[in-house]
Amino acid sequence: MMDTLLILLLLIDLRLLVTSRLNSAIHWAGAQGLLLGLLALNNAGLHAGFGATLLIALTIGSKGFVFPWLLLRALRSTGGHREVEPYVSANLSLLLGMVLLGISYWLGDRLALPGIEKGSLLVGVAFFSILTGFLLIIARKKAIMQVLGFLVLENGIYLFGTGLAPHTPLFVELAVLLDLLVAVFVMGITLFQITQEFDHMDTDQFHHLKE
Amino acid sequence: MNPGSPLHLLVALLAAPLLGGIIARIKAIAAGRHGAPLRQPYFDLMRLARKGEVRGKGTTILFVAGTLVTLAGALLAIALTPLGRFPALLSFPGDVIAALSVLGLGRFFTIVAAMDTGSSFEGLGASREAFFSALAEPATFIVFAALARATGTVSLSGLLAGLPPAMWHSQAPALFLAAAALLILLLAENSRIPFDDPTTHLELTMIHEVMVLDHSGPGLATVLYGAALKLWLFTSWLAALLVPKTASPWIGTLWTVGTILGVTVLVGITESTMARLRLLRVPQLLLSAAALAAVAFLLVL
Repeated sequence: MMDTLLILLLLIDLRLLVTSRLNSAIHWAGAQGLLLGLLALNNAGLHAGFGATLLIALTIGSKGFVFPWLLLRALRSTGGHREVEPYVSANLSLLLGMVLLGISYWLGDRLALPGIEKGSLLVGVAFFSILTGFLLIIARKKAIMQVLGFLVLENGIYLFGTGLAPHTPLFVELAVLLDLLVAVFVMGITLFQITQEFDHMDTDQFHHLKE
Repeated sequence: MNPGSPLHLLVALLAAPLLGGIIARIKAIAAGRHGAPLRQPYFDLMRLARKGEVRGKGTTILFVAGTLVTLAGALLAIALTPLGRFPALLSFPGDVIAALSVLGLGRFFTIVAAMDTGSSFEGLGASREAFFSALAEPATFIVFAALARATGTVSLSGLLAGLPPAMWHSQAPALFLAAAALLILLLAENSRIPFDDPTTHLELTMIHEVMVLDHSGPGLATVLYGAALKLWLFTSWLAALLVPKTASPWIGTLWTVGTILGVTVLVGITESTMARLRLLRVPQLLLSAAALAAVAFLLVL
């Protein structure tokens, strides 16, 4: 069950690298958040305490629904342009993704971490999510894809957290989620401001900005 | 030699054109028509075989070689592939590479024959075919590498003789991904719909069909029969991957043949419900198949 969920997370990462529409990318990132919540639920089992249950509910709610909703709203406010517009083409991104997958798998295999059984995919998939997030941030023009890249990256870190530190204090986890919520909210507003000011959110053209 | 070994070649030789008939019938039903009889591909082949052949004045021996080598390649690959629990007619360690190579050789000769006609139109199809197969062939190799790793053998007779059911418990995600990749490759290699439409003759979209435009009569029948055998080959690979090992070889073989027909129905449904991809998106889907296969390979590593 755990492995299946991890593989689905990994496949969504690959899907995000080739997707050419912004709204489909947002939906996939939302689906990844949802799966992440399910994975945490699967890890916690039936005897999860109140704190863990609350955290999982908040994860599913925020990553699966609130963030995609905020981003879709930001996208709608920009109007029209829904193409991803990559610097690195979708095909090349996928090839790069396969290389990154190999590296992550190797790292996950080599890295012996306490609390994670040997041969588990978790570390590899977490690394891959982080690297995919980085790739999305640097290889896409639209500012909204950079927010998505950040979310995917954070999903990877969260995945690390569920495996590595199942007993992290609830308080810390909640604070991280809240930070993330604020970050996405602020980024949504920034996106809106950028499009209001420049009629687009193409970061490529920021080079032309002068005082 | 196992007495059941020649069975696959016999069954494939007889039943391969039937698959095309099934796909055509399903597409017809989905479109609300009654459709041609299932035996229609056989009638077509017989009609073409009776006709005379017209060849372009500029064509050489390569033009004829194109049809024959492709057919021979498909036949040899089928001889290397087991059906159900019966071992293949020919089998040696590493024959999976031989099977993929003869298919590649057949493709090479199809491309050369297309160029031999000197038609720029066929050259265009040849170029597309070469590009797409350069993406599809490594993906096929990765699928078989994953299977070889999972089963611990490097011969098609070992790889495809039915996986033990226990493996479907322990390695289910990897096997599922490999099967998905193989299904995409089946559609691509046999020029089925999301990649290519075997019924269209629109120059902008054709890939495989445009390369065989100049063939006629018995030559065209050879090409069509070779294509039917190749479709049978790929469906039998996918079926062998999906059907677990059974106690009795005969029941296993029946299951495999049933699965081959089932996969064909699935291809027909895909063709009825999907639109053709834009040509620019074709490499992306092929790369995705390679990515799925690579993930499957990592999982069994």
